[in-house]
Amino acid sequence: MTAAVSAPSTIDQPLNVIVATDCGSTTTKAILIEKIGDEYRQTYRGEAPTTVEAPFEDVTRGVLNAIAEIEELSGRKILDGDRIIAPCRDAKTGVDIYISTSSAGGGLQMMVTGVVQNMTGESAQRAALGAGAIVIDVLSANDGRLPHEKIERIRSMRPDMILMAGGTDGGAVTHVVEMAEYVAAAEPRPRFGVTYKLPLIYAGNKDARPQVKKILEDKSALVVTDNIRPVLERENLAPARNKIHDLFLEHVMQQAPGYKKLIDMAGAPIMPTPAAVGLIMEAIAKREHLNLIGVDIGGATTDVFSVFDGIFNRTVSANLGMSYSVSNVLAEAGLANIMRWVPFTIDEQTLRNRIKNKMIRPTTIPQTLDELQIEQAISREALRLALIHHKSLATGLKGVQQERTISDVFEQQVSGRTLIDMLKLDLIVGSGGILSHAPRRIQSMLMMVDAYEPMGWTMLSVDSIFMMPHLGVLSTINQKAATDVFVRDCMIYLGTCVAPIGQGKAGERCTDYDITFPDGKTIKDQLRFGDLTLYPLELGQKATIAMQPAKAVNLGAGPGVPVTREVHGGVVGLMLDGRGRPLQLPTDQQARVALLTKWFNAVGLYPTA
Amino acid sequence: MAHSYTPGLTVTDRTVVHRRRMLPLPGKVVVAVGDRVRSDQVVARAELPGKVYPINLANQLSVAPGEIKDYLAKKEGEVVHKDEILAENKPLISWFKTEIRSPVTGTIESVSLVTGQVLLREPPRVLELLAYVDGTITETIPQQGVVVETTCSLVQGIFGIGGETFGDIVMAVKTPDEPLRPGHLTADMKGKVVVGGSFFSADAMQQAKTVGVAGVVVGGIHDEDLRALLGYDLGVAITGTEQVGFTLILTEGFGTIPMAAKTFTLLSSHAGKKASISGATQIRAGVIRPEIIVPQAEEQSRTATLLQREGIRLGDPVRIIRDPMFGQIGEVSGLPSELTKIPTESEVRVLEVKLPNGKRVVIPRTNIEVIEGA
Repeated sequence: MTAAVSAPSTIDQPLNVIVATDCGSTTTKAILIEKIGDEYRQTYRGEAPTTVEAPFEDVTRGVLNAIAEIEELSGRKILDGDRIIAPCRDAKTGVDIYISTSSAGGGLQMMVTGVVQNMTGESAQRAALGAGAIVIDVLSANDGRLPHEKIERIRSMRPDMILMAGGTDGGAVTHVVEMAEYVAAAEPRPRFGVTYKLPLIYAGNKDARPQVKKILEDKSALVVTDNIRPVLERENLAPARNKIHDLFLEHVMQQAPGYKKLIDMAGAPIMPTPAAVGLIMEAIAKREHLNLIGVDIGGATTDVFSVFDGIFNRTVSANLGMSYSVSNVLAEAGLANIMRWVPFTIDEQTLRNRIKNKMIRPTTIPQTLDELQIEQAISREALRLALIHHKSLATGLKGVQQERTISDVFEQQVSGRTLIDMLKLDLIVGSGGILSHAPRRIQSMLMMVDAYEPMGWTMLSVDSIFMMPHLGVLSTINQKAATDVFVRDCMIYLGTCVAPIGQGKAGERCTDYDITFPDGKTIKDQLRFGDLTLYPLELGQKATIAMQPAKAVNLGAGPGVPVTREVHGGVVGLMLDGRGRPLQLPTDQQARVALLTKWFNAVGLYPTA
Repeated sequence: MAHSYTPGLTVTDRTVVHRRRMLPLPGKVVVAVGDRVRSDQVVARAELPGKVYPINLANQLSVAPGEIKDYLAKKEGEVVHKDEILAENKPLISWFKTEIRSPVTGTIESVSLVTGQVLLREPPRVLELLAYVDGTITETIPQQGVVVETTCSLVQGIFGIGGETFGDIVMAVKTPDEPLRPGHLTADMKGKVVVGGSFFSADAMQQAKTVGVAGVVVGGIHDEDLRALLGYDLGVAITGTEQVGFTLILTEGFGTIPMAAKTFTLLSSHAGKKASISGATQIRAGVIRPEIIVPQAEEQSRTATLLQREGIRLGDPVRIIRDPMFGQIGEVSGLPSELTKIPTESEVRVLEVKLPNGKRVVIPRTNIEVIEGA
């Protein structure tokens, strides 16, 4: 499985100055990339409110405003009225190319259908998610809804696009045709543009194509592509994903306010933001041969990406976010789960009101420390819930026959287990406002450690100023430029977290350790249960740790087995997490606040009075 | 950032608003450009296709899908009445006869020989689109809708629930900081738009339902009371379809927050006049704020102007929209351009606000809202 990529564009002219934007749901972020000597660097950045909505209803206004900020800061003339000067006229005028991603106006919203929910239904969902879509519903023959309920549901939704899957090639056609009949009966209408036909991709059993065409050709802009599940044992998501991307540009974006102009301005196809971030995540995993989890926590949604053993997956939790959707994090996680991360007491009513006020005024920022601590508590829960969602969908194929040998007789493994193995995880990459803009980098690191509870040895990093989408689309036209900027300006390594697996009473021995730092200095100490310790280990440096865990404690090699490994530093350093896995917090409020305060002080999380 | 502040909510005595009234699917526009319309007048109609009822005849008759045509009593496109025979078999022994009757009155939309399914569609339902505000039609969009223009007083709220409605404005409290209590809501307020002060409690909500008010406009409520009113925890601020008995509009936010004096005074000046209100709020992907529109007489309308804001300026009235001074109102007294470190250690653009008591406070620019229409 790979992230969605349309045919790469060929850019003939030399690219020395690039301006890229990401049109987000709230702000449009522009960056300038320049070739300095032999390497590309990100040099200036500007942002402005996104202008998809009234009174402007033209996304290019926000783009021009964000680029105007870069002009002011850099002294380079980029705009000529409403036009971007391209290619460069001289050293201080114009850019060689303008590129963009977009998730404005609610992103790409899709409805998908399959025959069996956890087989073709899930495959269709994975295809849509990998292409950067938000899946607003999955319909299938066995989803528990009655036929008329399905039709009502299709009628009431206004997706940008529908993806229909179902059946293996050569299999029965009845259920796929039945679903096509439901879709036709519902006469689904697109979100934008009352008068145009809704794009619909059919990627199911090829034998049902003639019937599906007959039923849906007049009622939708039907596109037929290869079956995403030609046989049960194999997924073939790329053709459907490429079609989604093409239709996104040809139909959906043509209807969104100002996008026709934006497409004309851009020198390469506009990509949905999550598809671009997915490209970058996949590229990191491939280049470094890593298993990774990436997260992009935004105001409205949280995207999770993972690459395990080369298999790419993406999910989007459409209503988990830090501003527009912040109240939904409270509704889904529950107040107690949020409160467990807050290092002081606050009454429920005040907290609820504060969260709702953030929802209705999403652009506000915490001004006081306690407000910051509340937001970071909420983000831990949003991150945690989004990973649970991701684990449930990033699975092996379900319904696949498994070959068993005599040795497997006593081991009843079900098909479709999650691919996310926290012990095999090498790197967590965080992106999005709350992680990229945390006042202290340790705050980003601990938010991710608390939410994901990495096990064993895990590196952590953040996107410095949120430029992964820009680099994702850039990588489709100039891989070197994208890689240069990614390595030098985008990715900030925070350090490594070492978290032994096991439980014990606070103060009991978890593991003994010897750390040898690059300057030859050594530290020999003991990590006790309940301890959180941070050692400085700078970016680019490596240290060697030898650990002798207690009998029931596992560092990846088995309970009680000593492990010696090299760890990488970062702007935060080396974190030894003896809080146990799974992480448990006291239910008593006073004890919890005391423990959180101890941990937070131990790593210098917040300024102390 | 040249525009790094939150565009504010409009509270203005006189402005011209255009409300685009669009059908959800193509239909017929029944008014013309220049027509005067009332808020409750129909401006366009559409036929919503009826509900679809799928019946799997092949399963019910125990025959192959390709054979169902032989058993159908009605053809594709024909009208069928409720309980009328739709299909039947003709066995040799009448005991084994199976009759499939139509569960609804409608037409046979399609017969599938692949799935053995028959789709019945109920007759279309007429959807009538109202003008919503008293005004003049300035544009018609064929088959889709109209634009109604009205000269009016406009108050935008920050959050609301419930759809469009109309009613006369009635002031239930004397000052903007007085909470709206159950005792304030009397039987004569039925069908009215009731304006409260700083807070609307759960028992007052109950009383508003009992009285049957059309709408309530108030400074703030508690989130837990909203949850009780709706019956669920609202996760994302996309509202307008709730049916709680009345339309609710908050002008300030969640908590006990006095209504801005300007809003209260403006609404007081229109007590007794008819208002069109909508609680629809959408904060994501296309901002929609709840609103109170009080149309004004046409002869006054000529002087109405619309101001276009050009960024934030010294002296602008602003509302602080984040703790620790949430809800306070003041005016901009300083616009430093350099980044300033705030207690969270973030370095952000700030501005200085002079409060009514003369105190000056420094606030991140994103945490204030300009009171528009000043």
